[in-house]
Amino acid sequence: MTSLFTALLRIAALLTGIAVASAAHAQTAATNDIIKRGEYLARAGDCIACHTAPDGRTFAGSRPMPTPFGTLYSSNITPDPETGIGKWSADDFYKTMHSGRFPDGGLIYPAMPFASYTKVTRADSDAIFAYLKSIPPVREKSREHDLRFPYNNRQLILGWRTLFFTEGEYKNDPAKSAEWNRGAYLVEGLGHCGMCHSPINALGGTSQSDAFKGGLIPMQNWYAPSLTSNREAGLGNWSIKDITDLLQTGVSARGVVYGPMAEVVHNSLQYLTDEDARAMAVYLKGIAEGSTSSAPVSTLPTTESSLLISLGKTVYDKNCASCHGAQGEGKPPHWPPLANNQSIEMESAVNPIRMVLNGGYPPGTNGNPRPYGMPPFAGMLSDNEVAAVVSYIRTAWGNRGTPVSARDANQLRSAPLD
Amino acid sequence: MAARVEACTPCHGNKGEGTTDVYFPRLAGKPSGYLYNQLLAFRSGRRKYPPMNYLLEFLPDQYLQDMADYFASQHPPLPTPAASEASGEVLKRGEALVTHGDVSAQIPACASCHGPALLGMEPGIPGLLGLRPNYVSAQLGGWRYGTRTAKAPDCMQQVAARLTEADVTAVAAYLATRPAPANAAPVPKGSYVLPFACGSEPE
Repeated sequence: MTSLFTALLRIAALLTGIAVASAAHAQTAATNDIIKRGEYLARAGDCIACHTAPDGRTFAGSRPMPTPFGTLYSSNITPDPETGIGKWSADDFYKTMHSGRFPDGGLIYPAMPFASYTKVTRADSDAIFAYLKSIPPVREKSREHDLRFPYNNRQLILGWRTLFFTEGEYKNDPAKSAEWNRGAYLVEGLGHCGMCHSPINALGGTSQSDAFKGGLIPMQNWYAPSLTSNREAGLGNWSIKDITDLLQTGVSARGVVYGPMAEVVHNSLQYLTDEDARAMAVYLKGIAEGSTSSAPVSTLPTTESSLLISLGKTVYDKNCASCHGAQGEGKPPHWPPLANNQSIEMESAVNPIRMVLNGGYPPGTNGNPRPYGMPPFAGMLSDNEVAAVVSYIRTAWGNRGTPVSARDANQLRSAPLD
Repeated sequence: MAARVEACTPCHGNKGEGTTDVYFPRLAGKPSGYLYNQLLAFRSGRRKYPPMNYLLEFLPDQYLQDMADYFASQHPPLPTPAASEASGEVLKRGEALVTHGDVSAQIPACASCHGPALLGMEPGIPGLLGLRPNYVSAQLGGWRYGTRTAKAPDCMQQVAARLTEADVTAVAAYLATRPAPANAAPVPKGSYVLPFACGSEPE
């Protein structure tokens, strides 16, 4: 009897042990799931782009970010207790994402896109935090900001916040589909697309009414086109597949990414699930508005324009037609069409001029690991020839852009390449 | 692959043979490991030349390896050396440094690492033929001033630091006078022993 009792006890103990072990196992699996989701979300937020210096340790910060106000250096977000976020709680982390404040209440410079990240849910913020706590800590003190007077006074951020910052998580629009709302959440929140695709005013802010209306990216001299105007990068006339191709692989039947957008696809968008890429596409297509503004008018005299365009055709046929086609039809997706390509026609000619001068490769992605590239023509074409060929492609084949001057071309020769 | 590297050809030539611009080097036939190391260095920004840094920034390792293999496998003929503008004395100093080095200044001969025929050695040591004097002196200058670096131990940095300005001119001028051999391929790995450790050519 005793022995039977002992045996039963043993079995019970064993069963309890198994239950405890499996509970612990379930908890680890749940934690792993959260960390995995956090990694995915950190990619959707492109944290690495700013928080990793070129050739530096991942997430150890100190990447210089030149701004019109001086140079900012990103912070170390590895879990090192002294130099990183090792001592932070999930509450602290949420406060930076949601309110733009350090754990001690200090104000964060808005180069950190907290005006977008404020839309991120608490659960997603916690997942990102769990992921960041799981990566190897790096002991590396972040570099001090180097801002000019008066911008080195953090109290000024209060003014910026009053003008440009509305705190609050994303609220679903019940009139729209779940997919549209998911896309809006990603584009307006973690994706922080508005940081570039909205006009930046002199105070370094974006006003709500100008959201996604495009703008010249300060210091980089690339133009981030409007996501609402179909005359720019508005995607109203694009198929969902072309949009998701562009976001996930960097190339599409309608055009390829280049400049700063190549970095975004490389670090962030290529890792999106098909569902999330599609949701973003649905939302982006939805916010595009048919063009209401009238066709832009050229500022160049007519004679100068026609001389440029006629020289431009000669330059084009000699240097460009073999890849982009005699009629600008391209060989998509690798050699983008130039005819009916919004990126060529839009009012700002900065991007087409820079592509001719600097060339470029789309990013290598899982979907397109060996991209085809365009040669830089800066050393082969004169300012006049660059202006001519850009004027030609902006006006040929039914394109509705305006001619550009040799002066426009010359000014962009000194645009930074990093 | 030729179509994928078209972005390289206006400066480096259709087959990597170089162009009329004296600062853009020949790539064809250099050891693939050397070319790959340079592509990695340009991508990370360790080797600074903004147009190259910009083009390579978002390209994966494997693709850079493919590009390196492609140009390594091209063998367009080496150019006929142009008549040198340097004086006989300068060329003599150049020849001495290239073939014998300078023991008193502790400068090893170029040939001791780049090979008796100066064709380089697989996988990491480049040949020195077919390069213009301006390019060679710009690179040696880069090493002397620390703007060009390679994997530690950075043997070229050690050597270049011992060269005077005049030495650089002499070496660059002499190298450009060397005639092209029929077979300009680099010799296989381990064909000869290096005089000292080189990070680009691990044992």
